[in-house]
Amino acid sequence: MSKDQKKRELPERSTQDKSDFKRELTEVVPHLRAFARGLCGRPDMADDLVQEALLKAWAAQERFEPGTSMRAWTFVILRNAYLTDMRRNRFRGEYDETVAERILTAPAGQEEPLHLSDLHRALLTLPPERREALLLVGAGGFSYEEAANICGCAVGTIKSRVGRARAALSSMMEDGDIPDRELTDPSAHRAILEELDEVAAGRGEAAAGK
Amino acid sequence: MSSSQDENGPRKGPENSDKVKVGDPEWAGSLKKLYNSVVDEPLPDSFKNLLSQLDQDGKK
Repeated sequence: MSKDQKKRELPERSTQDKSDFKRELTEVVPHLRAFARGLCGRPDMADDLVQEALLKAWAAQERFEPGTSMRAWTFVILRNAYLTDMRRNRFRGEYDETVAERILTAPAGQEEPLHLSDLHRALLTLPPERREALLLVGAGGFSYEEAANICGCAVGTIKSRVGRARAALSSMMEDGDIPDRELTDPSAHRAILEELDEVAAGRGEAAAGK
Repeated sequence: MSSSQDENGPRKGPENSDKVKVGDPEWAGSLKKLYNSVVDEPLPDSFKNLLSQLDQDGKK
């Protein structure tokens, strides 16, 4: 994010641009919250993440090209914030049990129907890069191409991640067998963090943005 | 824009999808519901505060 190659002159933003930016940013906040909640599970942490992303987006607003998708642009920022936090182990070992407990002990109808809470829990057991791919495409309604842009990877990679995520969720939901300890298992967690490093390695450009 | 036919083209074959069946699995709708339930939540005050703060910074 630090490199300013002045390849493309960034136009001065007019007051109108700025207020448009603010309006669009405001409009995508609910989507950012939904994406973040899907990514990290805990509502409070998800909201922290969104606030962090909003501040970063605001600071980087000159890099936003008016007329392009604010939702996609801010998702990249949110995602990077999430990856950074994950690699700092901010979420380590905390979210899995807490979320499951909170959801499962909530009175029926007040939180999510049981089916939804199962799904949510199953979702959280997926490796992060598959979870985010599924969230983007299956929940956020992004095309494979848009999701690939957001994640800074090839379309084929996204397709395969979504496919695997779907297969895993289907089998968990069908069998009713949702592991809930996967994320607190140290070796699983290490594997996830290693994957995150790789995911994160290709992220700079997508974020600092073309 | 460019819907690259190579990548978006024909599916790789049914081997991979035998567990998923054709089309969306049952839970797929729930996934959207889960997402939309958060989208539809009223925005907490902390966000309203943050957003209005951004404005003030912009005026400085």
